[in-house]
Amino acid sequence: MQALDTTDAPRVIGDILDLHVQHGVLGQDALLPVLHAIQDRLGFIPPDAVEGLAQAFNLSRAEVHGVITFYHYFKTTPPARCTVQVCRAEACQSMGGDVLLSHARQALGCDLHEHSADGGFALEPVYCLGHCATAPAIMINDAVHAKVTPARFDKLLAKATTKEAA
Amino acid sequence: MSIRIYVPADSAALALGADDVASAIVREAAQRGIAIELVRNGTRGLLYLEPLVEVGTPDGRIGFGNVDEDDVAALFDAGFHHGESTHRLSLGPVEQIPYLAKQTRLTFARCGVTDPLSLSDYEAHGGYRGLRQAITMTGADIVAAVTASGLRGRGGAAFPTGIKWNTVLRAPGYQKYIVCNADEGDSGTFADRIVMESDPFVLIEGMTIAGLAVGATRGYIYVRSEYPHAIAALNHAIGTATRAGLLGQNVAGSGRAFELEVRKGAGAYICGEETALLESIEGKRGVVRAKPPLPALAGLFGQPTVINNVLSLASVPVILDQGAQFYQDFGMGRSRGTLPVQLAGNIKHGGLIELAFGVTLREILYDYGGGSASGRPIKAVQVGGPLGAYLPESQWDTPLDYEAFAALWAVLGHGGIVVHDDSADMANLARYAMEFCAVESCGKCTPCRIGSTRGVEVIDKIRADDERPKQVILLRSLCDTMLNGSLCAMGGMTPYPVLSALNHFPQDFGQVAGDELAA
Repeated sequence: MQALDTTDAPRVIGDILDLHVQHGVLGQDALLPVLHAIQDRLGFIPPDAVEGLAQAFNLSRAEVHGVITFYHYFKTTPPARCTVQVCRAEACQSMGGDVLLSHARQALGCDLHEHSADGGFALEPVYCLGHCATAPAIMINDAVHAKVTPARFDKLLAKATTKEAA
Repeated sequence: MSIRIYVPADSAALALGADDVASAIVREAAQRGIAIELVRNGTRGLLYLEPLVEVGTPDGRIGFGNVDEDDVAALFDAGFHHGESTHRLSLGPVEQIPYLAKQTRLTFARCGVTDPLSLSDYEAHGGYRGLRQAITMTGADIVAAVTASGLRGRGGAAFPTGIKWNTVLRAPGYQKYIVCNADEGDSGTFADRIVMESDPFVLIEGMTIAGLAVGATRGYIYVRSEYPHAIAALNHAIGTATRAGLLGQNVAGSGRAFELEVRKGAGAYICGEETALLESIEGKRGVVRAKPPLPALAGLFGQPTVINNVLSLASVPVILDQGAQFYQDFGMGRSRGTLPVQLAGNIKHGGLIELAFGVTLREILYDYGGGSASGRPIKAVQVGGPLGAYLPESQWDTPLDYEAFAALWAVLGHGGIVVHDDSADMANLARYAMEFCAVESCGKCTPCRIGSTRGVEVIDKIRADDERPKQVILLRSLCDTMLNGSLCAMGGMTPYPVLSALNHFPQDFGQVAGDELAA
């Protein structure tokens, strides 16, 4: 995910909206695909974009805001360079998910829903990545890792950090 | 002739380093001047063995389990590419591994065997025979076959699929839809993902047959955002099927149209509830609708809509191909066909186990699962996802059958099983069930939205021994309200894990006999 300079956001969003017009109409069912496309490009959905989206879709700003904030996946603030999601669901809990989370908190020096002190990492909970037979699972940016012990967590984190620096 | 080596590219294998293994194999083969053909197959569902590398030999495929990239050189040294079974990771012929050999693979027959993105591979393994049968039949006859097969909704509710389709077939509407619920958000489930990543054409074929059956010309597959590989596989397969004339304006030369589109969810668990899912496709907040009207009569965009789980739709091609009777001959009681059991959590051999209904939970846990991963005694198993009951050992001889589970005040649901060993704190898991409901509630109905938050508080008080006996009574009353007053299964079934934990493991709540009477 390559975060862009957000001064470019209006043009990017305009292009995305154009792509989703069908037979001259921008139907509300295109709203989620449009939001996904914006987040894919910008890394988040800038709050400034709500008004333009509302106009384009012929919805109220409240409706657009309501949709964006309903879904956990959509972010309204710029993401950290590296987002670490730790699965909190039952299967991962049964395989030491709680211990792994404490370890992650310590390793990143921040709590869930927070950014690390240098702003480089975000720690988020996730409710099931579907790797329940090879628990516990985490996701670092777009890559899922299974059977994650604290030691493997450190290795994966180090790898992600080097990739970041490269 | 080059040697064919299979390294799965499904996300379970990828999460355990399959891509690194694949590159190491290619690199090592090149260095040694060995000609290989690398096939990125799907998973066999033997997840405890991933990455499971297979080598094609004249005597069948030989497996090597839990391969790490660092093992690759040694595997070549041991002649694994000739099917030599001397290396410590060798499993012998894959299809003779008891875990797999004992299964009844109907829906998952091709998973792990074929290249998921190859249409010719799919067709060479029986693919699209169901559709070719269906285009010779009337819609009513297709519906009758699905009804006669006894197939029930595999998403968990177990509603007879044929009856749902019949309602849509008979409903008036200018545009009918087929919607596939692939928002597989329950902990302990991954069978939908395996179908989508390891055999995407079977889902596409099943949905196309559904479209022909009820007269729907458009379909949507709503996939959760946590499954990017499934989304990519489906989009790729839809493109291939469209170019081959198996989707589009003239499906397989039938003169009838069916078009398919993938929609990506956005991390809302509640969108697995069918009406919330429809709202989400329409571009709205995923808020549950009151029923009636049923989606079959007024579903997506207010039109008659078949909404089925991935596995229900993926089971349709084999029914049309082999006949309703063939499918109906598997199973017990009113649970017909096969159930893809998903064994997960604290278990030695976790994975996908497709079996005819009727096998007991204990056989699954020990004969297939091999006991807990930690080696400690198994304490409780949660069947049917986060909204399913916890079962103590006294209930493990129950056969996997919808009605047998209902009789225990439990749910078989989609067959997802999460195992906990004796270190599990059931009061903490009950609290988690309420907390999860509070996080994921859509907020439309009060019992779910408020009840879940109060539930967390009450369980906290129980655990802190703050007037415990009274709080237990309060918790039961709260659960009663949620059970009977919620709009959908989110609030309506959260009491299942909570009360089953309380009833079967009262000691974890600090309860002693007679506590509730004394209050």
